[in-house]
Amino acid sequence: MPTESMPTETAQRAPDRAIQGAFHAGAVGAIPRGAQDDPGHGPRDHLDLGAGTITATVAPPSVGDGGLPHETLREMYAAVALARAIDERTWQLNRAGRAPFAVSGQGHEGAQVGAAFALDRSRDILLPYYRDLALCLVFGLSARDVMMSVLAKAADPASGARQMPAHYGSARLRIVTSSSPVATQVPQATGTAYAAKLRGTGQVSLTSFGEGGASKGDVHEACNFAGVHKLPVVFFCENNRYAISVPQNRQMAIDHVADRAAGYGFPGVVVDGTDVLAVYQAVKAAADRARRGDGPTLVEAKVYRFTPHTSDDDDRSYRDPDEVRAWRARDPLVLFEARLREVGALDDAGLAEIRAWVAAEVEAATDAAEQAPLPDPATFDRHVYAER
Amino acid sequence: MPVMTYREALRTAMAEEMERDETVVQLGEDIGVYGGTHLVTDGLLDRFGPKRVIDTPIAEGGFTGAAIGMAMMGLKPVVEMMTWNFSFLAADQIIQNAAKLRYFSGGQVSVPLVIRGPNGGGVQLSAQHTHSLEGFYGHFPGLKVVSPVTPADAKGMMLSAIRDPDPVIFLEAGALYGTKGEVPAGDAKVPFGTARVAREGSDITLIAYGRQVNLLLRVAEKLAKEEQVQAEVIDLRSIRPFDEATILASVRKTNRAVVVQEQWRWYSVASEVAAIIQEQAFDDLDAPVERVSGEEVPAPYARNLEVAAFPSEQQIVDAVHRALYRGA
Ligand SMILES: Cc1ncc(C[n+]2csc(CCOP(=O)(O)OP(=O)(O)O)c2C)c(N)n1
Ligand SMILES: [Mg+2]
Repeated sequence: MPTESMPTETAQRAPDRAIQGAFHAGAVGAIPRGAQDDPGHGPRDHLDLGAGTITATVAPPSVGDGGLPHETLREMYAAVALARAIDERTWQLNRAGRAPFAVSGQGHEGAQVGAAFALDRSRDILLPYYRDLALCLVFGLSARDVMMSVLAKAADPASGARQMPAHYGSARLRIVTSSSPVATQVPQATGTAYAAKLRGTGQVSLTSFGEGGASKGDVHEACNFAGVHKLPVVFFCENNRYAISVPQNRQMAIDHVADRAAGYGFPGVVVDGTDVLAVYQAVKAAADRARRGDGPTLVEAKVYRFTPHTSDDDDRSYRDPDEVRAWRARDPLVLFEARLREVGALDDAGLAEIRAWVAAEVEAATDAAEQAPLPDPATFDRHVYAER
Repeated sequence: MPVMTYREALRTAMAEEMERDETVVQLGEDIGVYGGTHLVTDGLLDRFGPKRVIDTPIAEGGFTGAAIGMAMMGLKPVVEMMTWNFSFLAADQIIQNAAKLRYFSGGQVSVPLVIRGPNGGGVQLSAQHTHSLEGFYGHFPGLKVVSPVTPADAKGMMLSAIRDPDPVIFLEAGALYGTKGEVPAGDAKVPFGTARVAREGSDITLIAYGRQVNLLLRVAEKLAKEEQVQAEVIDLRSIRPFDEATILASVRKTNRAVVVQEQWRWYSVASEVAAIIQEQAFDDLDAPVERVSGEEVPAPYARNLEVAAFPSEQQIVDAVHRALYRGA
């Protein structure tokens, strides 16, 4: 018994106070009230990619068509546009009281589509987070699938409406559903990558997370393990400069999450997440490297979230509307359209065609989900354990 | 008596203690500028400044560990878990460290730490946001665990929690932050280890804590009106330490008991309560102690499934009927 081996004087004479008094380095009393000598809450401008000390590589901006076939560029644009339209519809349904919850990827879609197209969609593995609608659409999730989950219908392919929306998942599409506690998918991605390596499947795992989630021990532990085993994994950080209300300078003392990669023995790359093709190239290089057996890369895409954090949030209490406007002027949907026109991949007719397709997809998906049945309460205890 | 919401009651207690005691500091995600995702800490940053109201990175294990260090140095940290569900990430710090530091230092070190946040579900956020952790944390010696349901208790127990020399797990009724009630002004501490008789009655004892207490009060009114059954409703409010005397006194009077909880039945608070009653009041019982609990599934998202997974009025009425040997 520890108490018996303690000197009795310590054990009997209000011991807590004694030791805690000894711990005090001086009096605790004089804490200045309302002291404002802290870094403050105003976020710094992270569009300035070269600022401060940096050990990560800064990916160059893309030029022209990035060497991609124009057909592919149009597909990429359509994916950005579809994600945006589904997302907007989700908010409308939420505000109309028909969808209990909305969480948005608006502003992130360009980076996600660039990343998704850089992977092998026939075999690679995604471990996304809740903003990754566009990423998952490119991997084969349909507008209809998404709406089933938004309206909590039985046909929700992720969970049959057991899980909240935006926890995207489909075993068929190799999309691993994430948990509500953030960033737990990141260590799991080192496991899927390890399994792929062990089996020699040539699959790359890509896992995404916010810069806020990157503060968790999970991300450190995952990067360390992946570095040790040179795993075929791409860590894709979508840095939108806020974790709900907390700005980046309250989350970390550095400018770039990708700088941390140096500490794990693999490359970190910072890329402008509003530049679809720059992200494509950065993730392509990371995926190629992983597939070659050279190990992980941490790619950090600088993006911005155009909406509140979720339908339960009001972002006006912590973000300056001017800041939001400034970033909206760099809307990846608009920038990508302009680029495609510039390189001759998209004209008015092509755009009209894509827009019509997007509108029809969203309409059909919403109608189907509205008419679909709720989950049957008699089934609510299925799938807790394997069914034999 | 002033009337205030549950969240205002918590905030009032914390602000009063911060005013009174400069060693009280707040840590958590989004608790500063944002005032907390449930607005419990709203205004504290302006009042007490960023040195005492700390917006943390998303790192539950890290900031809980930091709070333990602060507590060992004589500060009194109040840590907000955005929801208790995220405390699993800090479970090692809470269970392996906060709960054991006094014991493993032979009484030399104390960890006067409060960890607080919304507990339980019912607001359609699915399983990973919905756990009720009374049984889980109540299991560990070295932790104190409370679960107030009225605004008065929210304030009174928060005052006790901040002044307590040991780590306190403060489980707030997450679905009830906006509910109003009378709250005594000033230093109206509610001591731990005392249950509250929320309604007096003579025919049967209904026992719960947290938001299920409100459900029991509704059932009790209904039983009185429709069946002339007078139910006594007991709000445990302190899970550890535990007030056996109030429960036993009630059961000795009514001879029947139903225990209701949102959490799962296996290895739960209701199981413990039932065991205490049968051990200590066996001869007074006219019927087996009934338990009504959440269904044995992770809480589902779809509203119709979620409703099916939590205790309902009807399930409680049925349990009362069984305990009274009345046909359904
Ligand atoms: C472990 C954990 N702690 C807290 C939360 C609550 N929470 C949900 S999202 C979020 C912010 C995440 O920020 P970031 O990772 O930057 O992603 P973003 O939402 O900005 O895309 C927080 C704190 C959570 N889900 N999980
Ligand atoms: Mg973020």
